[in-house]
Amino acid sequence: MEITTTQYKSCDLVKANGRVDSYTAPDLDKALEEIINAGHYKIVLNMSDVEFISSAGLRVLISTQKKCKKLNRGELVLSAVPERVYTALDLAGFIPLFKITENDTDAVGLF
Amino acid sequence: MTEKNPNINLTREQANVAPKKSTQSATFPAQFKSLDEVREFAARQAEACGFEPDEIFAVKMAVDEGFTNIIEHAYGGECQEEVECSCQTNDEGLTITLIDCGQPFNPLEVPEPDLESDLDDRMIGGLGVFFIRQLMDEVSFNFIPKSEGEGECNVLTMIKRKKSTD
Repeated sequence: MEITTTQYKSCDLVKANGRVDSYTAPDLDKALEEIINAGHYKIVLNMSDVEFISSAGLRVLISTQKKCKKLNRGELVLSAVPERVYTALDLAGFIPLFKITENDTDAVGLF
Repeated sequence: MTEKNPNINLTREQANVAPKKSTQSATFPAQFKSLDEVREFAARQAEACGFEPDEIFAVKMAVDEGFTNIIEHAYGGECQEEVECSCQTNDEGLTITLIDCGQPFNPLEVPEPDLESDLDDRMIGGLGVFFIRQLMDEVSFNFIPKSEGEGECNVLTMIKRKKSTD
């Protein structure tokens, strides 16, 4: 899995590529944790090139969302979610817990 | 592809053709880096069985969650032990078994997660097993004696049936 992060004025954009499973989820967690530790709590995660996600990957999303939303200081927004990833989010009952946008422009515009 | 079949008008019994059935097995180290290979192994069998891409994806997810649970719970973390994945395909569908000889661990006893609680209370434990149950048509668990020495091995069996084409 490849992870790239871009810092914008209003938020941080993270793009993850490939498979997010128990092997790779710790890398994604670390990347998101670094942003949070830098005091940035408004994060967009672009998932367009995520081919696979397991419950280990979903665990990272929910723990990040909890940290970002604490004290109303921010939020994790998911952008360009592929159909199968959406299905996994839906199966886990996660849809109400995240704002999901079609693209990064819409996601960044939320902040 | 065209194939001439001289028995085309005969029933299966008359043609003396058993239902198409095959079993493929492989063993993988009980490590998270094996997940990609295990998923692809199961996906190949699902594809050969004639499943649709969405169903193949479901099989990959179920196998991933089953294998991850074995590493985390039966073996208590990544180790040098092995997990056997066996895929049996027949006309009705695909039967996948995951066998490990770690600590006795029945994933089906894991309580179901609460999928409607608020973010603050949302726990993720049990989600993997929940996925397996949702994505596969039949899931069962049993113990088998170890082939060598004393003790038992864990066997998780997951069945994906083909949709009826009637």
